Amino acid sequence: MIDMEAKFEKLENELKEVNTNAEALKKTFLELTELKHILSKTQIFFDEQEQSLETESYQGLLVPYEIRASGGILQLSFVAGVILRERLPLFERMLWRVCRGNVFLRQSEIDVPLEDYVTGEKSNKCVFIIFFQGEQLKTRVKKICEGFRATLYPCPETAAERREMSIGVMSRLEDLNKVLEQTKDHRYRVLVNAAKDIKLWISKVQKIKAIYHTLNLFDLDVTQKCLIAECWCAVSDLDRIQLALRRGTERSGSTVPSILNRMNTQETPPTYHNTNKFTRGFQNIVDAYGVADYREVNPAPYTIITFPFLFAVMFGDAGHGLLMALFGLWMVVKEKTLSAKKSDNEIWNTFFNGRYIILLMGTFSIYTGVIYNDAFAKSYNIFGSSWSAPPKEDKDPNLYPEHIQLNPLEHFSNSSYPFGIDPVWQVASNKILFLNSYKMKVSVILGVSQMLFGVLLSFLNHRYFRQPLNIVCEFLPQLIFLLAIFGYLVVLIFVKWVTFDASQSSCASSLLIMLINMFLMTYPKDPCYLKEMYNGQRYIQTGLVIIAVVCIPWMLLTKPFVQLYQWKQKLHKMTQHSPIEENAGEIEDRVNQHHSGTSHGESDGEFDFGNVFIHQAIHTIEYCLGSISHTASYLRLWALSLAHAQLSEVLWTMVMRIGINASLQYGFLMMYFIFAAWAVLTIGVLLIMEGLSAFLHALRLHWVEFQSKFYGGGGYMFVPFSFKAILESAEKEDI
Amino acid sequence: MRICGPKTSVCCTILSVWGIIMLVLMGIFLYTQSVALAEDLPYDENASWKTPQEFLNEAERLYSKSAYNCWIAACLYVVTLVISLQQYYANRKASYTI
Repeated sequence: MIDMEAKFEKLENELKEVNTNAEALKKTFLELTELKHILSKTQIFFDEQEQSLETESYQGLLVPYEIRASGGILQLSFVAGVILRERLPLFERMLWRVCRGNVFLRQSEIDVPLEDYVTGEKSNKCVFIIFFQGEQLKTRVKKICEGFRATLYPCPETAAERREMSIGVMSRLEDLNKVLEQTKDHRYRVLVNAAKDIKLWISKVQKIKAIYHTLNLFDLDVTQKCLIAECWCAVSDLDRIQLALRRGTERSGSTVPSILNRMNTQETPPTYHNTNKFTRGFQNIVDAYGVADYREVNPAPYTIITFPFLFAVMFGDAGHGLLMALFGLWMVVKEKTLSAKKSDNEIWNTFFNGRYIILLMGTFSIYTGVIYNDAFAKSYNIFGSSWSAPPKEDKDPNLYPEHIQLNPLEHFSNSSYPFGIDPVWQVASNKILFLNSYKMKVSVILGVSQMLFGVLLSFLNHRYFRQPLNIVCEFLPQLIFLLAIFGYLVVLIFVKWVTFDASQSSCASSLLIMLINMFLMTYPKDPCYLKEMYNGQRYIQTGLVIIAVVCIPWMLLTKPFVQLYQWKQKLHKMTQHSPIEENAGEIEDRVNQHHSGTSHGESDGEFDFGNVFIHQAIHTIEYCLGSISHTASYLRLWALSLAHAQLSEVLWTMVMRIGINASLQYGFLMMYFIFAAWAVLTIGVLLIMEGLSAFLHALRLHWVEFQSKFYGGGGYMFVPFSFKAILESAEKEDI
Repeated sequence: MRICGPKTSVCCTILSVWGIIMLVLMGIFLYTQSVALAEDLPYDENASWKTPQEFLNEAERLYSKSAYNCWIAACLYVVTLVISLQQYYANRKASYTI
């Protein structure tokens, strides 16, 4: 640091010197130039003056009557100088007024604008010469010239002297020009040399600044001999830190070692998740919603699988998934070269940091695309369709009617297509109706499973933080409520899928109306699709409704009242001890009891029952109403996959079909251009727009529907000191 | 020698590779008369067929014609691939000499 300071001082002095020299030179240059102009212009004036003196016509020269009358050639003295052109008229007028018209001003413009030596501005100036008689006028004229900041130059009277002077001035000007050029070159060279090192110097200074800033956070010890600081560090890294401290002591050559001691504290530590390049992307998208509380369950490892899966359910096209996976694969394989490029483009950086997410999303989309049997809007018949057209006689000359509805009892070979949706649906006009039912049910199943998983994770949280009250008063009723209503719905879905076949299809139960009737406790017998699905359904459903309704006051009331009771017990015990003060042991007991914490959310001094009750009420309402709305929210899995399938179908029908349709002689040319257009639209609309949309919705499902069941999200990140982060942030500030 | 910049040549290369693969596959599917592409064929709007056999003959003709169209378009994309690869390498060389 000291070296750099010395270097900087030297550089600064050198530059200052060069600059002052250049200024002085320019000043001299300016003076000489002005003198040159004066000498050339005044020649004209003197000629005129002699002329006018000879002809004895004093034009514009007011001479007092007495002097004129005395006759003879007047002895006029003069001053010559240069003034800014803008000031000239005022100057003239002032002269006229002050000297009562007894001075004679001639002026002429300098054609070339002259450069000011300080500011470098070019300004137009005029040469003037003032003729006057007498000392008093001389002082007055001089004062006025000073006031208007006109520079006066000594001008010799005779022409010969003037010529000599101008020759001298010319040669001096030439020399000065040369010196100025050399000064400029020198300065340029100095600056270029400095410019080579300046980036290095800036980063060094930033690093030193960061180190000193961190050192400032230390406190001075009592003995005034060393610095102490309190810091957070990861427990698993303690050995490495000790090693690094020892190495630092050795390297700096000091004899006093640095000591790291562990201490206890009441503050909340920062949250630190140890991530590698693969998990960092997923941890980032979880942290974007909120950093996890200290030591609570981290949803990121589960997100690695559930997030790309939910994305794929909404994206569901094997061809698009393949393109996305190839893009992700390219970024992953070329990791090292791409990260070395250090681009500024925000969008590229976002994509690159999420390369593993993109790779996984693409791979999962290939899987769901095969299940939906959809690749670039076309289905693939790999195993042979299980449906067949109604058989026709050989002799029957008629064509099939335009629309036939195939009957699953007659036209379906009783083995289903082995994997995925049967390819015959692609040419069916009721494809969407069929797939809607399937996708909606799948969405509800996936949604309820994820929410159930979230509630189970909250159990892990309660167990870790040793809050048995929460397990009994929150986890159990939540679990029972969710399972009684929506778990039962999922079971009904599976039952409906399994027990009804084509012969009973008109009487297949309508699950939604059944669910509503379950709560209304009405069990109609008339439309056959509202009849009971199994014996005893009425009693089981009534039981489930009662259990679910009981869970609500359980969630609402038990916890606040139990906490109130516990608080009262504690107060009671404390008041029991206070009259007995002599026994030191008792006081210790009291202190111990005071410190053994009860459930969190309660300060030592007060127990605000109203606050706790309201908090619990909000929590209960949120959970119960949320369970219904979140289940419905998962239906976006169906909606987006429908949208994606329809968009890609429209793109094929509107664009690619034109290419195939071209029955012109040069149809292939059409195909050539149409394919390019179709490809660009696929990438732009289907991959980028739909991809971002599905990404966003999958993310929302995780953040709101999944994490609201267990996540706290109120922690703060562990941000260790790192040169790389500091330099990067400084770079961003500059840009 | 250089008609387009480095980014355009990369884009054209990728597009050509995709085009070749996809058009060849589409040609094969059309040639083997897959049902999936049956609705894409350019049937004559006003034609009315008397027998199924007539319709099938027409469909077969359209299938094979479309297949050939796709394959010739794939060949055009091979040409495009060669051109864009050459442009890509020309761009690389030009940026090295500077």
